Amino acid sequence: MPRLIRFRDGVAAWAEDAFTAVDDDQPMPQGDVIISLARFQREGRDLLARGRNLGVCLASDEEPEALVVDLPRLSVLALTFPKFRDGRAYSAARVARERLAFRGELRAVGDVLLEMAVPLVRCGFDAAQPADPTTPEQWTHAARRFRHVYQRAADGREPAFAERQGG
Amino acid sequence: MYRYDDIDRETLADRAAEFREQCARRLAGELTEDQFKPLRLMNGLYLQLHAYMLRIAIPYGALNADQLRKLAHVARTYDRGYGHFTTRTNLQLHWIKLRDAPDILDELASVGLHAIQTSGNCIRNLTADPHAGATADEVDDPRIWAEVIRQWSTFHPEFTFLPRKFKIAVTASPKDRAAIRVYDIGLRLHRDDEGALSFEVLVGGGLGRLPHLGPVIRERLPVRHLLSYMQAILRVYNRHGRRDNIHKARIKVLVAALGPAEFARQVEEEWSLTDKAAVDLPGTELARIRAGFAPTGFETLPPVSTAFEAAKAGDKAFARFARLNVTPHKTPGYALVNVSLKAIGETPGDCSADQMDAIADLAERYSMNEVRVTYEQNLLLPHVKLDDVPAVHASLAAAGLATANITLISDIIACPGLDYCALANARAIPIAQDIARRFSDPALAENIGELKIKISGCINACGHHHVGHIGILGVDKKGEEFYQLTLGGSAEDDAAIGQVLGPAVSAERVAPAIDRLVEVYMRERRDGERFLDTFRRAGLPMFKEAVYAEAH
Repeated sequence: MPRLIRFRDGVAAWAEDAFTAVDDDQPMPQGDVIISLARFQREGRDLLARGRNLGVCLASDEEPEALVVDLPRLSVLALTFPKFRDGRAYSAARVARERLAFRGELRAVGDVLLEMAVPLVRCGFDAAQPADPTTPEQWTHAARRFRHVYQRAADGREPAFAERQGG
Repeated sequence: MYRYDDIDRETLADRAAEFREQCARRLAGELTEDQFKPLRLMNGLYLQLHAYMLRIAIPYGALNADQLRKLAHVARTYDRGYGHFTTRTNLQLHWIKLRDAPDILDELASVGLHAIQTSGNCIRNLTADPHAGATADEVDDPRIWAEVIRQWSTFHPEFTFLPRKFKIAVTASPKDRAAIRVYDIGLRLHRDDEGALSFEVLVGGGLGRLPHLGPVIRERLPVRHLLSYMQAILRVYNRHGRRDNIHKARIKVLVAALGPAEFARQVEEEWSLTDKAAVDLPGTELARIRAGFAPTGFETLPPVSTAFEAAKAGDKAFARFARLNVTPHKTPGYALVNVSLKAIGETPGDCSADQMDAIADLAERYSMNEVRVTYEQNLLLPHVKLDDVPAVHASLAAAGLATANITLISDIIACPGLDYCALANARAIPIAQDIARRFSDPALAENIGELKIKISGCINACGHHHVGHIGILGVDKKGEEFYQLTLGGSAEDDAAIGQVLGPAVSAERVAPAIDRLVEVYMRERRDGERFLDTFRRAGLPMFKEAVYAEAH
């Protein structure tokens, strides 16, 4: 089972994962599940109606706009990095957070590496399943690496131009 | 010139510290080369044929004397005593040791230099008109906007892993000295009758395998919305650019596939949903950056300098230098002095550490502490008093830097090619040297006039061959180096992609072929025509015949 790291106030820690990732052709187990967009479109409203906590996992070519009506009812939105160099999920994350106001857990899955800590956190991810043998301490250190940022993103950090106005 | 504040400096220091840690992990064996590769590339460190190459960013080509001296020091201390200025106004050092790289980045950071985003699929170091702040034809100083973009694009979290690299060029003049039509985004500033500034936005230009001239996707973008509009362009590209084929991943392929109108519509739609106030810089920050580029210290001088005129009258070599390398300044009594890095027989764009020091001294003494790097791989002293040009010329001559050949046939752009680069199919430097030697007679070269030769050692086109008046592309034919010639290209206002002349020729036939092409031009040219004009009027066949006749 993949390990899960959660970020709270800039500190990463191991987290219990209450959700089971379920493939499209797998029977639906009990409990909280993360399913694909296709399966969600078939079964999602039924599952929600039965009071399940639900997550949807988007492939890198799927967009959160496809979920817009149901997004507030989802507990987890998992965005896939098929390779760490495939950065589509950063845009998807910002759209989900900043435009669609998603407040649930935004989880990075797939080829998720320590070096992605800064862009992940800045784009609004608060959970990640690292594919490398890294520790939460390393993630906390990596995510805090830079004292300043130059642009506003989904993490609410004050950009350089605002810092300058304050000072 | 804009000086980095504490925020800028601390960001560079944080980056250097991060890279030092990563290098230590690599040298200790905690990271494999595969794992380390993307990390070092993000810091401009490539593994080439013989050694590591460090590509140092020179944002919008602007350097001060201390920075240039630091580059000289780094080249002398950690490399072989020289560096190579590139068509992207970066400086490449080709003989770097991995264990030295963290110290080098610390040294660079101490003067506000770095290697951030000089590689990888991110927004690269951006370029701007090298005449910025000195030319009469600009409507604003493009460096202001280049600096705005530099900050915004530095470690942009959403755009760190784009489908492919992304390059931006900015100009504020009707005369294009920044090649904006062959950039992923080209920006041209306009000022309307009421004085309001706007950007003309071109997207999807580029060279490489699939050369394109960028179409305009927005005629007039109010300057205050620059960053939110850029975010919209980059977001459309990040989400929809191709990632299945590295050769089709640049934004030019997306723009061409959708058509410029549909691409523009998608950008406008994304932009309409963007919280612009969160992205665009507040007026106070724009004013702060603008103040960093405010002209200071110009004296009121007569437009004509007796010292300059006397030197021209008394010294033919100086008169030639004045005709070819000295450009009028917007301020009376001042000039831009071009420093050619194309001495006959030398490597185009190479500059020794001693030469860098000499130019830094001249910048400090005569050019308000400023030096510019041009995409044509030359340097420029932007603010020299006409009275001082003779002294500057004498110092340049003493340092082997007074070659009077700007825009001439020996002012050749060449990539490092197979002498250094792991991607190259063929050498570029010896071809450039051959051609320059053939036209080493300065009177002959001046008589031929403007003729831009651009040489790339492979289809990636770092030497801009597609947009050379004469382009030369190195190809590999069964293990032998061959060269394909193209004619009629231009990267400027009359931008065009060159046409292939005919079958590729062997290395020793390149310079003779250039000879034939020049002969045709000299025979056919009409009053005032450059090579490019004659070619465009007379057409390809005549030139082709001249080059390939012997082969029949």
